[in-house]
Amino acid sequence: MQTANLLPLVLVLAVVAYGLAFMRSRAVAAPLGGIRNLKALPFYYAARAALWCAIPALIVLAAWAGFEGKVIQGIVIASLPQDVWPESPGQASLVLSQISNVAAGKLNPEFVPDHIAGAAGLLENLRAQSGTFKTILVLLIAALGAAFAWTRVAPHINARESVERTLRRIFFVCAAVAVLTTVGIVFSVIFETVRFFGKVPITEFLFGTSWSPQTALRADQVGAEGAFGIIPLFTGTLLISAIALLVAVPIGLLSAIYLSEYASKRVRSTVKPLLEMLAGVPTVVYGFFAALTVAPFIRDLAELVGLEASSQSALAAGLVMGIMIIPFVSSLSDDVINAVPQTLRDGSLALGATQSETMKNVIFPAALPGIIGGILLAASRAIGETMIVVMAAGLAANLTVNPLDSVTTVTVQIATLLVGDQEFDSAKTLSAFALGMMLFIVTLLLNVVALKIVRKYREQYD
Amino acid sequence: MSVNETISSAAEQHEASVPVQDVVTEKKREDMPVQEGKTVGLPYADDPKFKLRNVEVFYGEDRAIKDISLDIARNEVISFIGPSGCGKSTFLRCLNRMNDSIDICRVKGQLMLDDEDIYHSRRDVVELRARVGMVFQKPNPFPKSIYDNVAYGPRIHGLANRKSDLDDIVENSLRKAGLWDEVKDRLDATATGMSGGQQQRLCIARAIAVSPEVILMDEPCSALDPIATAKVEELISEMSESYTIVIVTHSMQQAARVSHRTAYFHLGHLVEVNETSKVFTAPEHELTESYITGRFG
Repeated sequence: MQTANLLPLVLVLAVVAYGLAFMRSRAVAAPLGGIRNLKALPFYYAARAALWCAIPALIVLAAWAGFEGKVIQGIVIASLPQDVWPESPGQASLVLSQISNVAAGKLNPEFVPDHIAGAAGLLENLRAQSGTFKTILVLLIAALGAAFAWTRVAPHINARESVERTLRRIFFVCAAVAVLTTVGIVFSVIFETVRFFGKVPITEFLFGTSWSPQTALRADQVGAEGAFGIIPLFTGTLLISAIALLVAVPIGLLSAIYLSEYASKRVRSTVKPLLEMLAGVPTVVYGFFAALTVAPFIRDLAELVGLEASSQSALAAGLVMGIMIIPFVSSLSDDVINAVPQTLRDGSLALGATQSETMKNVIFPAALPGIIGGILLAASRAIGETMIVVMAAGLAANLTVNPLDSVTTVTVQIATLLVGDQEFDSAKTLSAFALGMMLFIVTLLLNVVALKIVRKYREQYD
Repeated sequence: MSVNETISSAAEQHEASVPVQDVVTEKKREDMPVQEGKTVGLPYADDPKFKLRNVEVFYGEDRAIKDISLDIARNEVISFIGPSGCGKSTFLRCLNRMNDSIDICRVKGQLMLDDEDIYHSRRDVVELRARVGMVFQKPNPFPKSIYDNVAYGPRIHGLANRKSDLDDIVENSLRKAGLWDEVKDRLDATATGMSGGQQQRLCIARAIAVSPEVILMDEPCSALDPIATAKVEELISEMSESYTIVIVTHSMQQAARVSHRTAYFHLGHLVEVNETSKVFTAPEHELTESYITGRFG
């Protein structure tokens, strides 16, 4: 039976086990005078039976599905005559794909050597056997689990504890999946980064001032000396992020102050969700807004005052990105300003301070750590933002701080390096991983600092 | 569901949503032997600091203060007592317009401070609050240094031209609050690190620093231990020489110890005002008597 069919079947069995155990626990309790004489509620006996039925069976199923292919392949390869054994892993996978193509009927067995055709037969045979074994084994384990749980439905056995324990483990596994995924991503990036630094010295990467990730395909190619200096990219990133923060911090902060201190409840309950909707607009929409509306407008405006502006400019991307991150600043700041106790406001007002004096002298200083935390989170969002800069800032790796020039950012380069065909042994492709690593480190540091500050602030009024 | 059913279930829901408390209060109000606007005892004074006539306060539709008239004399300590929710804090907060920050709160009637209307539309609230200081139930020092807490008011009102003037104000205020000797060596320490009693005395020093004429105290000792309470009460007695003090308290002993007159509030009415000794020994109104003898509270 296919795994896809087996899975629901196991779950159905679990439900059946649940029902049976539930009824049995009631039946056991009845002569004793009701379920309060059981150590646990019937639900717990039933849930334990369902867990006992499903979990071991599912684990076996997952393990089988995971190793089945490898084991069968090993057996098939080993079955080949010794003189045609593949010499390298590459050759082995070639032979295997030939065999499985024959087995699947995509390749006519008459066109391949006899030993391949034979192996194809074996492959099919093994797969069928494996399927049967798997079905029998999984169903058997499910049945055994349920039966074991059935015998353990007794008034003196506390099923509640074992269910709690199992649930705790399930929750732990779910949390672990998220963490392990992150760790896995980090490690894969680290390995590729190390490979990259094998091809390009780390000092050149960190301190080089020119970025032109072209590598020669042939030794005699012209103009193909790659340059992998990260400085122009980081300058571009910082320039655009700085512009974005210059837009977002004042607007976001002041709107947060308005919302939390001055706006009536009704205004606040309408405006705040609207403002937060800015964060929900897809970045690609911001991107074409930046590329098609803001960038040409800035170019025209610059021409009007006699400045030269490129049609893709850091300013356009920065402005639009600033709009995008306003909600990060305003929403978080609003929360921390609201968290400042009302008694402090009253204290200041009662001394004859005006509302703005109270804001400036008492509330803002008290909320400052939280506000800084919000700004840092917004900054790490700006640094990691890709779509707007791809569309509005350009691809030219200029080392400049002129906001009217076109610049490029780390994220844009990663995107362009990995779009289209690439080979995984060239410095060009690997550099994307190194860039990703740098970006990851920077945003991680920002996030850590931001969270530290926010947490420290939280403790202040406890 | 039919239309009839919808209507009847809506009516049921409406009935269910009326809090039980209100029903009880409504009953009490009917039985209550108090006439609206009639206060027994001595509510009036000659040449009062506050002259309050027919004051009513509404929270939305809810009438929290019902036609209260009262004079508060100069350099008098008057305490407001009464069961929770009787409106004594609400009434207190009218005196420096701290109710302004509550949107749904409306105040009616005549409230005069030195014959000037507190609620006049062109009244400067900043000036009013500089004259009528307030100390709150929970000590609320700003998360700044001790010095900056006391200097806060003088700074926003421009009371000191030089740093040395400000230093003098801070020292004097802390001395008056009986806190100077405890904190003179650590004026730069943050105020939130002080003990609760010290914090409350700091708040009193902060209020004194702007040289107010009146100090309102909203249950100033309810968050303090008995020793700190004793210190604050002692302070109130000393301050009565130079300030008019209005104090809301839940502790009848405190009212008896510190105040010249005591006002008893009940469900938004001012039932009785009298010399403190009289209120606690021979109350004129039966509600006052039930309260001070502990029959309800």
